[in-house]
Amino acid sequence: MAEPVISVKGLRKSYDGLEAVRGIDLEVDAGEIFAFLGPNGAGKTTTVEILEGYRPRNEGEVSVLGVDPQSADRGWRQRVGFVLQESRLVPELTPRETLEQYAGYYASPRDVDETARLVGLAEKADVRTAKLSGGQQRRLDVALALIGDPELLFLDEPTTGFDPSARRQAWDVIAGLRGLGKTVFLTTHYMDEAQALADRVAIISAGRIVATGSPEELGGDREARTEISFRLPSGTVSADLPDAVRDGARIDAAAVSLSVDDPVPVLSELTSWATQRGVGLPGLQVRRPSLEDVYLELTEGAGVDGAGEDRA
Amino acid sequence: MSGAALVLHQFRFDQKVFWRNGVAVFFTAALPLIFLIGLATVFKNREISGLDVKGATYYVPAILSLAVISATMVKLGTNLPAEREAGQLKRVRGTPLPPATFIAGRVGNSLVITLIMVVLIAVIGRLLYGVHIPTHTMPAMLVTLAVGAISFSCLGFALAALIPTADAAPAVTNATVLPLYFLSGVFIPQNEIPDGVLNFADAFPIRHFFEAMFTAWDPNTTGAGFEFGHLAVVAAWGLLGLAIAIRFFRWEPRQ
Repeated sequence: MAEPVISVKGLRKSYDGLEAVRGIDLEVDAGEIFAFLGPNGAGKTTTVEILEGYRPRNEGEVSVLGVDPQSADRGWRQRVGFVLQESRLVPELTPRETLEQYAGYYASPRDVDETARLVGLAEKADVRTAKLSGGQQRRLDVALALIGDPELLFLDEPTTGFDPSARRQAWDVIAGLRGLGKTVFLTTHYMDEAQALADRVAIISAGRIVATGSPEELGGDREARTEISFRLPSGTVSADLPDAVRDGARIDAAAVSLSVDDPVPVLSELTSWATQRGVGLPGLQVRRPSLEDVYLELTEGAGVDGAGEDRA
Repeated sequence: MSGAALVLHQFRFDQKVFWRNGVAVFFTAALPLIFLIGLATVFKNREISGLDVKGATYYVPAILSLAVISATMVKLGTNLPAEREAGQLKRVRGTPLPPATFIAGRVGNSLVITLIMVVLIAVIGRLLYGVHIPTHTMPAMLVTLAVGAISFSCLGFALAALIPTADAAPAVTNATVLPLYFLSGVFIPQNEIPDGVLNFADAFPIRHFFEAMFTAWDPNTTGAGFEFGHLAVVAAWGLLGLAIAIRFFRWEPRQ
């Protein structure tokens, strides 16, 4: 089996005695889109900046493309691309000029026009970057990270602060990277982003990884139960409900919800009950927990101790 | 790209960015010319006592000194902290571009702006006010220019290293240079300035740079016009700036 593109063992980092990263292990394989998911202050940015070579670490082993990023040289920087969380573009230049400038830094850059097209900026290539929308600027950030034709791309919260349509567009660009065979390390605090883009997800909370797996596995790992909810039909009270529904249900005024392993028998009882009585089941919903529910459950209460809150 | 080609590549974009930024062009290129025309017109025929030159001849090297400092120390000290805070320096640092090449591009950019200003100021001085252009002191003028531009560029990187935020940058750089322009005789002829003040200004590089520049432009200068003593002080300040920059310059915004 090929060596992992990123390998981290026992990574620790603290600031002024506060541990922002408390012993992280992870591996990312070639060609994967790997999402590093966690709330603000969980240690995401600290970790990604250690992997990018911007920060030293206190403990642990880190290898990125076979090199310790702490001692990375020009040759290593030829092979990686970064989309930083916050980095403004030069407002006086156009996307084409900015791409030409950055292309000059690399030994074998991608074609400027083709890269602009790839991120959907072909038509805006000659407009000053100051005139681009936030989403378009972000796509140019991605293009700049790609222009050196890197093997590995780091995207640090690439869609934070975007409106839904700009996020969709950015997602399309990121999903398109898979076709280029790039390995992508993505940090995000949006569950839907991880779910939409990632092959594998690691959830970080208060400096520790609390779950890893594909988005589907993470949902499944939680012994997923099904959530059924509805409102009591008018003219009925909770005592009227069949036992199978009433047992274990949470009833709050007219709102009834219950969580079950197998929804089929419960739903059958419930619907026959309603049919017999000739009433409807207003607001009936049957849903399985999403990655979002898993994520909220896993990260609940984390960050309260404030480790790395300001830095990460 | 080879080392030199990469410096040229970087310099080309720095030039483009500069000339497209109206505010930068105004403060770095236009404002010194406005000062020159204003001061030289008002004091055109006034004798500067003790120096045996007319006002216009005094203000050409004075404003030239200001223009060099604006294009180097003030420009670098103002722009770099803003670019650092915007994460632009951090982005560049994440590419294979060697830091030395980035710095060479910026210093080259400042030197070229400086040269353009020298030509403009010399031509305006000659055509509008009949100020003599150095001939036998030309080598001294060019050496003074080179020592000054490089030393004040180092001081620009030193300021950028010490200034914490983009907001503070214009305030700190201007608070550094403006009082020294007044105390060093750049705006007010030095014969009007008390000796104690001039002695104070002598602790800093601006007055020494101006003195060396003045000798090179003074039609009464008989020798080659090299002011090695003044240039040594300017260069010493430049080396101090370089040491501060090497020790404290950061590419990433403060956390």
